[in-house]
Amino acid sequence: MADTSLLADSAQVAGFDWSFFWHYLISPSGTFLEGLWRTVYISVVAQALGVLLGLVIALAQRSRFAALRWGGGAYVWLIRGTPLLVQLVLVYNGLAAAGVYRFTDVQVGGLVLLGVVQAAVLTLAVNEAAYMAEIIRAALDAIDRGQTEAAQALGMTPSLTMRVVLLPQALRIIVPPLGNEFNLMMKSTSLLSVIGLQEMFLTAQSINSATFKTFEIFLVAACYYLALTTVWSFVQRSIERRLADPGTTPPPGPSLRERLVGGRGGGPAPRGTAVVGKEPTLAGREAS
Amino acid sequence: MNDPHGPHDQPTTGYTGPTGPADPTAVLSARGMVKAFGGVRVLNGVSMDVRAREVVVVVGPSGSGKTTFLRCLNHLESIDEGEILVHGRRVGYKDGLDRLVEERPRAIAARRRNIGFVFQRFNLFPHLSALDNVAVAPVKVLGVPKAEAREQAQALLARVGLAHKASSRPSVLSGGQQQRVAIARALAMKPELMLFDEPTSALDPEMVGEVVTVMKELVEDGLTMIVVTHEMGFARSAADRLVMFDQGVILEEGTPEKLMTDPDHQRTRAFLRRIDGHG
Ligand SMILES: Nc1ncnc2c1ncn2[C@@H]1O[C@H](COP(=O)(O)OP(=O)(O)O)[C@@H](O)[C@H]1O
Ligand SMILES: [Mg+2]
Repeated sequence: MADTSLLADSAQVAGFDWSFFWHYLISPSGTFLEGLWRTVYISVVAQALGVLLGLVIALAQRSRFAALRWGGGAYVWLIRGTPLLVQLVLVYNGLAAAGVYRFTDVQVGGLVLLGVVQAAVLTLAVNEAAYMAEIIRAALDAIDRGQTEAAQALGMTPSLTMRVVLLPQALRIIVPPLGNEFNLMMKSTSLLSVIGLQEMFLTAQSINSATFKTFEIFLVAACYYLALTTVWSFVQRSIERRLADPGTTPPPGPSLRERLVGGRGGGPAPRGTAVVGKEPTLAGREAS
Repeated sequence: MNDPHGPHDQPTTGYTGPTGPADPTAVLSARGMVKAFGGVRVLNGVSMDVRAREVVVVVGPSGSGKTTFLRCLNHLESIDEGEILVHGRRVGYKDGLDRLVEERPRAIAARRRNIGFVFQRFNLFPHLSALDNVAVAPVKVLGVPKAEAREQAQALLARVGLAHKASSRPSVLSGGQQQRVAIARALAMKPELMLFDEPTSALDPEMVGEVVTVMKELVEDGLTMIVVTHEMGFARSAADRLVMFDQGVILEEGTPEKLMTDPDHQRTRAFLRRIDGHG
């Protein structure tokens, strides 16, 4: 820590408070950590829901019913054609102002889930679904037509063909862009500050207004975003490695169902599930 | 598209195939199959009966409609006119108010269960082991218990000489091995009729033999098959009937012996002479 003070001395000249920076970087306050945690769990839950909803939209777009195809296309057009920031304000503030729907805190087994968190997760998931739908659709389109025909020739129904033949193969194509989406998602959560959700960015902002250490505190926030995306990139790489075709499977092999369910979310889904369980705990702390 | 004179510009010279209504006692009975792509008639009135344990080999120039014919038989393609019965039941269509209407996907899927199809390009499922490629349909489509299906799949792989490759993914198998797995996969559904679309034409020459050997064994086991192939060795030894396709119609048919030595049509003679050199 001796060199910290040395740095601090030279920093005084530049107007950069190094000791403040290091202090917040190394031992961030409880509120800052809570903001960080909120950033993480909202990203994970919204991404997981976005993948599931995106799958539904992608399937609708490939349906044999024109109405469903049209609906899926309209959804993607609408969501991708408007900024996330506007969507957030519309859903949280706009609906309430128009008297259509007001997100209120709900009790889940004695714990409180904040209205603003519900609005945030919902909007992010709905937004993400449009992008995931396009990714999933492109992945399904990339699979050789002969695969569908082979499945059909074996008497598989369209839904069975999808579950047993197409989705498992699409998964491998989906994972790399899904990783990018999750990276974007973590950074997009900073937009939630606009509806007053105390995630990492808004936390940094409140520390800023109390201390006026603008550069320092937002640099700390940047470092934490960078840490999140870096950790994720390692996770993503290991998932991709595990999905790579090994040529030979070990004799007992995971069942088709295990492969599909275990693989569906790649890494994020199981983590998402774990976080959903903890979510009310955190919301409860927020409320108290 | 609704040109009623379609057949007239074809080089037909009287062969019509089986006539009268479709025969519900045959394994396959097709009448007047017509299929057009974008107004071009690729099948122009094809009729055929195949009885139990019969082996029919279909030959004909590239583009004459052989693949389309097979694909229509299990409704991978719809037909524009005509009728297809497999074991007396329509494939792909049911009676509507005043005409036939296409069945729902679920009903079509059910009809395909006992029609095996072997593709030119194998189309194995790359994410599954050879064993799972064979076991997946019995488990998922027929609801066979997993252990039992795997046991049967292992036996089928042994039957095509690939017991030792059960855990291999298709990507590490040779073309000949892949096609044998594909045959085992089709057999796993215990089909009453097997359709082969040029099963050896995507293979390196040295792998053709292993696949033909497996197919000959199926013939000996009494499987009913329609085989599109230019392997004249197989046709000569295994086919009950040789069918010559030309421009969307059956130009002529008969025993392999008859077509190879004394065909009614010059085109048949010329064609068979040409492919036999390669086969
Ligand atoms: N899906 C399709 N769309 C348009 N034309 C097709 C399609 N499938 C086949 N054809 C055409 O139909 C004709 C017959 O094709 P095919 O049945 O594959 O013949 P073969 O198997 O005897 O070589 C060819 O001219 C081919 O180009
Ligand atoms: Mg062909």
